[in-house]
Amino acid sequence: MLYIDSISKGIVIDHIRAGAGFSIFKYLDLDKADFTVALIINAPSKKLGKKDLIKIENKIDLDLAMLGFIDPNITVNIIEGEKIVEKINLSLPRRVEGIIECKNPRCVTSMERNIVHKFVLMDEKDGVYKCEYCDQIYSWEG
Amino acid sequence: MLQGKHLIDPEDFSIEELGSILELAEDMLNNQAKFKDVCNGQILGTLFYEPSTRTRFSFEAAMIRLGGRVIGFAEPGSSSVMKGESIPDTIRTVASYVDIIAMRHPKEGAPKYASYYSPIPIINAGDGGHQHPTQMLTDLFTIKEVKGKLSNLTIGLCGDLKFGRTVHSLIKAMSRYENVKFLLISPNELQIPEYIRTEILANKDIPFTEVERLEDVIDSLDILYMTRVQKERFFNEADYIRLKDSYILDKEKLKLAKDDLSILHPFPRVNEISYEIDEDPRACYFDQLKYGMYVRMALIAKLLGVA
Repeated sequence: MLYIDSISKGIVIDHIRAGAGFSIFKYLDLDKADFTVALIINAPSKKLGKKDLIKIENKIDLDLAMLGFIDPNITVNIIEGEKIVEKINLSLPRRVEGIIECKNPRCVTSMERNIVHKFVLMDEKDGVYKCEYCDQIYSWEG
Repeated sequence: MLQGKHLIDPEDFSIEELGSILELAEDMLNNQAKFKDVCNGQILGTLFYEPSTRTRFSFEAAMIRLGGRVIGFAEPGSSSVMKGESIPDTIRTVASYVDIIAMRHPKEGAPKYASYYSPIPIINAGDGGHQHPTQMLTDLFTIKEVKGKLSNLTIGLCGDLKFGRTVHSLIKAMSRYENVKFLLISPNELQIPEYIRTEILANKDIPFTEVERLEDVIDSLDILYMTRVQKERFFNEADYIRLKDSYILDKEKLKLAKDDLSILHPFPRVNEISYEIDEDPRACYFDQLKYGMYVRMALIAKLLGVA
């Protein structure tokens, strides 16, 4: 078992689906961080069997909608004085803007410059989104 | 209160608001002279990025019959669109000159995108294979005129249900009325889009059946809504040729139908309704064409807050 020190002030992104930790690490630009960051992959988990987690010794802005879209089972813990002061359980966001692109070649997003691709959650259980402009279905697959 | 609203999708208006438009359209149909000046001094901008006969003419005739005027383009080649102007810039420009805009566009969602940048009402006059809410108003008005009701009906929609925007809008609208059942008649390749099947029908427990042959279900229909297999919606010519004649309504098939069936068609037709049917009392599509202008008159008047 690998041990990594607890952090005194910062953020722990926990319960990341094993294998998704690196993409979140990259999405948050943590490879360019000038503060302490730990990416732990395949840590044992009672809930998931295996999980990834990221410990960040700093307060950074997190786009919770984006994180929820990458993995809705993530827990974000805010740490102060080595204690969890806030625990945020993520879920699939109601709206997703500028993250995924509409695949419908007839959609206005395929033609207009500067248009932001927007999706709205239709079915949380099955992770089904639809394009706000053309209603094209997008199925979330994690 | 509809003044200042956009009409982009059939669900933008409540059932009551739809009812108020149909009621006004009825009044306009019967008392046209009463409304001849209500839009005096107002201008309709028609932005047609794609060809149209009925929709554009009926919009223009509607505004003129209300005492207003019309400016616009009938194809994008005669506008700055050809220079690569974006939709937001075109809309901001036109909206500073006119009071209301009717917009047709080949790209799906273009009128919705336009509405985000428009301080004046935008009416979706058809966007790609997506929605056509003013045809929906025309269809509701026609059904109400010929059946006297919008509930307790079995509606068959036949032909290109995948790309037929009028079909999508009519299903969205009619599924909101009580005890409406849909029979969806199309080749497998041209069935309704997934969002209509799940979000509009299945999730709301609206009864619907998908079948391949018109003659198998025509006897159970109160309304038969025929559509054209639209060549411009296909990516592949061979598919178009293979499917275009699949669903043709002729005298033989009509013998199987109820005496009080009402046949509707959004037009233009190619050959999906034989001309021999035109004289049949069940053919309602020429009345439907006429009603299209009155519902657009009512819509314009409501959105401008003048009636």
